[in-house]
Amino acid sequence: MAEALPPFQAFLDEHLESVRAFLRGMVGPTDAEDCLQETFLAALRAYRRAEPANLRAWVLTIARHKAIDHHRSRARATPVPDPEELIDRREGAQRPPDGALGMSPRHSEVWAAVAELPPGQRAAVVLRFAVDLRYREVGEALGTSEEAARRNVHEALKKLRASARDLKEMAR
Amino acid sequence: MTEFADRLAARAEREGLLDVAYATLDTPLGTALVAATPRGLVRIALPNSDLERVLAELAEDLSPRVLEYPARLDDARRELDQYFDGKRERFEVPLDWELVHPGFYRRVLRETARVPFGEMITYRDAAQRAGNPRAYRAAGSALGLNPIPIVVPCHRVIRSGGEIGNYGGGPEMKRFLLELEHAL
Repeated sequence: MAEALPPFQAFLDEHLESVRAFLRGMVGPTDAEDCLQETFLAALRAYRRAEPANLRAWVLTIARHKAIDHHRSRARATPVPDPEELIDRREGAQRPPDGALGMSPRHSEVWAAVAELPPGQRAAVVLRFAVDLRYREVGEALGTSEEAARRNVHEALKKLRASARDLKEMAR
Repeated sequence: MTEFADRLAARAEREGLLDVAYATLDTPLGTALVAATPRGLVRIALPNSDLERVLAELAEDLSPRVLEYPARLDDARRELDQYFDGKRERFEVPLDWELVHPGFYRRVLRETARVPFGEMITYRDAAQRAGNPRAYRAAGSALGLNPIPIVVPCHRVIRSGGEIGNYGGGPEMKRFLLELEHAL
């Protein structure tokens, strides 16, 4: 017999915090709550066809698509002629307001660097360290192999270490 | 309930995605669970129930799109509060019979729903009213599986010898309800 789907409320209670942590890493804390709402509403709409065996990977995939939609609509909605201004805006958008998430300024810099990563690497590193998934689970959520997930995280960390070095240089 | 879950459920309700809404309800017997589809009240779980299991059954029998959303149950909860306060004798909320097997079982429960506050009938009476006087055992089974106890007052159906008989929530609960209605 096919495994039964849990009541949506139980599914929501179980995965809400993981998906929230993922979206905070993907779109920043300010916009995460809207994306979270869109994610679980889309999940509810599709829930009767969900695969009960791996609901976490299923909902994280929906969340990743919502994050991509979010970045696309933002790119469309704010055409900025001046590149300098574009950089300012992006930083403003990605950098959480002071005190959000209890982040120190040092943390904000890390997140700003995470925001600069290519989307696949960003998703992988957020799933690994903010959601605390194992590589196999990161792969499941991103529809890649465990190996590819490991490689993505490795590449991302290399870039993050490089930008940390740059920051140190600048601070000197 | 978190603010996030509440907003999500309200939106789901507006967009017609909420197949089963539920809420808890404090009663003199303990905490009960009430659930409704868009058609009406579909389930009341008495305070001795395993609520997690009740929700899993609703997901399986009706739809997995089950969310806590007390707003849909405001009327039902108000009527039940009034009943337990001795201020209401008839329930008016619409019912959804989806969880009751259509046919004899459903007829038994529909007839039981007509038994007035404070009155009692026997299992044999219930079977007869449902169209088959000899099927009193089946009537007992139908009443035992009543998904909407209290509002469909299966506690008003007793044994012909005068013993109050079984009850899903235990015989003490049946006695409590009959005493509340001054039937004993």
